[in-house]
Amino acid sequence: MIMKKTLFILCSIIFIGFTACKNDSSKSSENAIAYYCPMECEGDKTYDEPGSCPVCKMDLIPVETGDKSERRSDEISDLSIFNLKSTWTNQNGEDLQFEDLKGDVLVTVMIYTSCKAACPRLVADMRNIEERLSKSTKENVKMILVSIDPNVDTPERLKAFAEENFMDKHPWLFLRSSEDNTREFAAVVAVNYMKISPIDFSHSNIITVFNDQGEMVFQQEGLGVNSDATIENIEKAVASIK
Amino acid sequence: MRTKFFRLSFVLIFVHMFSFGQSEDMVRINGARYIPLYGRDSTVVEVKDFDLDKYPVTNEQYMEFVRKFPEWQKSNAKKIFADGMYLRNWKNNFELNDGADLKSPVTYVSWFAAKAYCDCQGKRLPTMDEWEYAAMADETTKDARIKKSYNEKILSWYEAPRSNENQIGQNPKNYWGVYDLHGLVWEWTSDFNSVLLSGESRKDKDGDNNLFCGSASLGATDLMNYAAFMRYAFRGSIKANFAIKNLGFRCAKDIETP
Repeated sequence: MIMKKTLFILCSIIFIGFTACKNDSSKSSENAIAYYCPMECEGDKTYDEPGSCPVCKMDLIPVETGDKSERRSDEISDLSIFNLKSTWTNQNGEDLQFEDLKGDVLVTVMIYTSCKAACPRLVADMRNIEERLSKSTKENVKMILVSIDPNVDTPERLKAFAEENFMDKHPWLFLRSSEDNTREFAAVVAVNYMKISPIDFSHSNIITVFNDQGEMVFQQEGLGVNSDATIENIEKAVASIK
Repeated sequence: MRTKFFRLSFVLIFVHMFSFGQSEDMVRINGARYIPLYGRDSTVVEVKDFDLDKYPVTNEQYMEFVRKFPEWQKSNAKKIFADGMYLRNWKNNFELNDGADLKSPVTYVSWFAAKAYCDCQGKRLPTMDEWEYAAMADETTKDARIKKSYNEKILSWYEAPRSNENQIGQNPKNYWGVYDLHGLVWEWTSDFNSVLLSGESRKDKDGDNNLFCGSASLGATDLMNYAAFMRYAFRGSIKANFAIKNLGFRCAKDIETP
């Protein structure tokens, strides 16, 4: 009896140990039951066993079960920021992920609202870009200000900042998240920043353009620089939305 | 009989908790306030007590990780998280190149990959301040930065080629019991992208002050500790999806306050 119970406890401990790290391992390729050619030489044709494509000889790739058709239309490219699974809160207190913004061209900049030095100029650069976009382009663009100071920049604070600056409407969007997620987003857009005092940050001034698939297509570095190239890239990205 | 059973289960649970709480592969670093070189503009920073891996993560450990997390296998890693150099010294998802050693530190890993590895272990990457704090110790003292021997040793390593191919644990452990902070590979830190280089130290342009907001960008006027300067400059010049030959990582952990 005791042996059995001990065994049970041991097993459950081992089980706990194994599940401790389960976060994203569910997408194991072992779940795959069908294989397809990455070049799609024979269209949607799939095979039951791994091997190589009879046409182009490339190795077949497993199709994950269940979401086969979904995958096709919702495919996120390797270089897309939609791969970031972090959750962000906008100035209205609503939670979202970058993937929710799919379909629009995204123009992002990292700022913090208490900044007195470069941020007002960065915001001015963003406004300048926004003003120069044609009306039809603007419909498919989101101008996003991401806070690098999530502790101070609460949704309420972002809301107040947005209202003060008449930016509380489309295409403007203010986002904040945890310090960790902010660091990660900064890593993606190659913005470096550090806290230099309780209220001040030092940070690089970069405006980034992502296409409707979340892929970075252009970066403008510096303050008060000529925005022609940025605008051109936004227009181009909007034009290529399917 | 019954009490015995209860006692046994308590012991088991305790052992279990303990093995998760502090792993034997980590050592406790007692924090303090110190002035990092080229860190926060020569201001004092406070490092709290934390646990740090004794060794950098090895190829072997990393392979175990990618078995559990297929999305980080060499052929699956997304380009936004790891560039084309990712695991370049691996033949495929589960094999190293000939000549590469399972006991060598894993390199050619991006910041995202390193972060994911540590997260999965219930750990995190050390902050730059924590890493520099642990790394300013030599074998006998907590802060050896003013010692000539300390700086010379590090610089001679920076000149030594291909140290990344050595095995872990070959260098003497430091004051805290940590191995290989110097002498093997450079290591990712969680906030590596908090280094701001002033325009002229990285770009060949004059008056490039517009690139940064604020005044804390790194001016390398004081070259006393050239080795630390090189580390900060390196961190300031890399991107999070870079996978580099001599750049590996180890994990850290907060101390759970009872």
